[in-house]
Amino acid sequence: MLLTICAGGCGSDDHDRLVVSAASSMTEALERCAPRFGEAEDADVRLSFAGSDELAAQIRQGARVDVYAAANTALPAELHSEGLLRKPVEFATNELVLAVPTDSEIDSIDDLTNEGTTLAVGSESVPIGAYTRATLAKLPPGQEKAILANVRSNEPDVKGIVGKLTQGAADAGFVYVTDVKATGRALKAIELPAELEPQVTYGAGVAQKAAQPQLAQTFVEGLASGGCSQALAGAGFGRAP
Amino acid sequence: MTRRAWFPALLAVCLAVALTFLTLPVVAIFIDSSPGELIASLGEPGALDALWLSLKATGASIALILVIGTPAAYLLATRSFRGKAIVVTLVELPLVLPPAVAGIALLASVGPSGILGGAVEAAGLQLSFATAGVVVALTFVASPFYVRQAMAAFVAVDRALLDASRTLGASEARGFVHVMIPVALPGLAAGSALALGRALGEFGATLMFAGSFQGVTQTVPLAIYDRFSTDFDSALALSAVLVAVSAAILLSVKLVQGGEALGLAPR
Repeated sequence: MLLTICAGGCGSDDHDRLVVSAASSMTEALERCAPRFGEAEDADVRLSFAGSDELAAQIRQGARVDVYAAANTALPAELHSEGLLRKPVEFATNELVLAVPTDSEIDSIDDLTNEGTTLAVGSESVPIGAYTRATLAKLPPGQEKAILANVRSNEPDVKGIVGKLTQGAADAGFVYVTDVKATGRALKAIELPAELEPQVTYGAGVAQKAAQPQLAQTFVEGLASGGCSQALAGAGFGRAP
Repeated sequence: MTRRAWFPALLAVCLAVALTFLTLPVVAIFIDSSPGELIASLGEPGALDALWLSLKATGASIALILVIGTPAAYLLATRSFRGKAIVVTLVELPLVLPPAVAGIALLASVGPSGILGGAVEAAGLQLSFATAGVVVALTFVASPFYVRQAMAAFVAVDRALLDASRTLGASEARGFVHVMIPVALPGLAAGSALALGRALGEFGATLMFAGSFQGVTQTVPLAIYDRFSTDFDSALALSAVLVAVSAAILLSVKLVQGGEALGLAPR
């Protein structure tokens, strides 16, 4: 699902316009810091959130964006090798967790094999879905199979998974710890055993065809150290190594 | 250009612009994919599952719409009562609701945490993550297209025909079945075709309310979105199928109604 938000006054022509395509999981953090960035740089920052894979596909189809910020490093690297993105940087980390409604009795990944437990996960193409499958693949084959058999929906982005959980449609789902935090108290996060936890690193870069390359560069730098990095930390993201 | 010719010329230019704008994206679907690729992409199991599911869910939804919607439309067309305008407006409301609103509305009403969620569960109905949920979403968004058109069709029937059948001793029920429905049939067919087209294309409400799972809730539009990022060719192929089916539906409406249908189409 696409969501475009204007930060710092839409439609005025006397500001530079910066289009930022960012993974859904960064919605809350970037909505907080983008207006301040816009004010400081005298720019219209337009945020467009969706699954990282959908955003990458849009860029491949010629979408005019200035900054691409993904929930993994693979997609920015691919776009870079295709000549669509300047050299990407790693700017934040996140943690894959098992999310359940606060009053749920599920308290570990072992409970997911029970018959009748319904799971919502990310579809294979979106980073959250890829992390989830990579994690499950580390389990004994029988357990992996039993968990996958309980998957009832392959959602296009993390927001879809969170929605299915908060609406009580699904019993559990794999999301980022920041998504659980963003729901307030509706969901709780169950940490995965350390040996299962995937390395979740976020990568961003300036689009090769950026209309505002300088401004875009400043924004990308700010993701790693600046106003937006503080907003990301506040939302529960970790600092990139 | 003579002085008098400017207005017809303007009309022609506007039509040309509209036609180009409306047909170019559709034509591009077919230009971008070769017939060979198109058929190959449809061969993969996921695509066939999506097509089969769309067919089943749309079929079930149209059946529900016809069975409930036809008598309801007949009532609205043949009776006048206090508040009728409000009832008609309420029935037509989903026509103008954005799909995301329809999804939220369904979740809030018959979703697991919705006001009737408990009753749905008690009745043994599984809607989220189930094909039944897809049918509910399709029916919600598509039925107003049928009811609206069916009402218009019943209103247009010459009342003298029904009165004649009543004078000859036929009950209203018999008159409804043997007089009203046959006479209104072209309009009813047009209405069901429009509802069918809307149901086939439903995306947002289905995703939000029923989820997306191959063979269970992933209809063709959801499969297209799922493939858009990883397999654009396959997304194109499925889109081409939807275009072809939708065009066939529109054409059949035109044939049934002798070319007037498009003028009567709602919105």
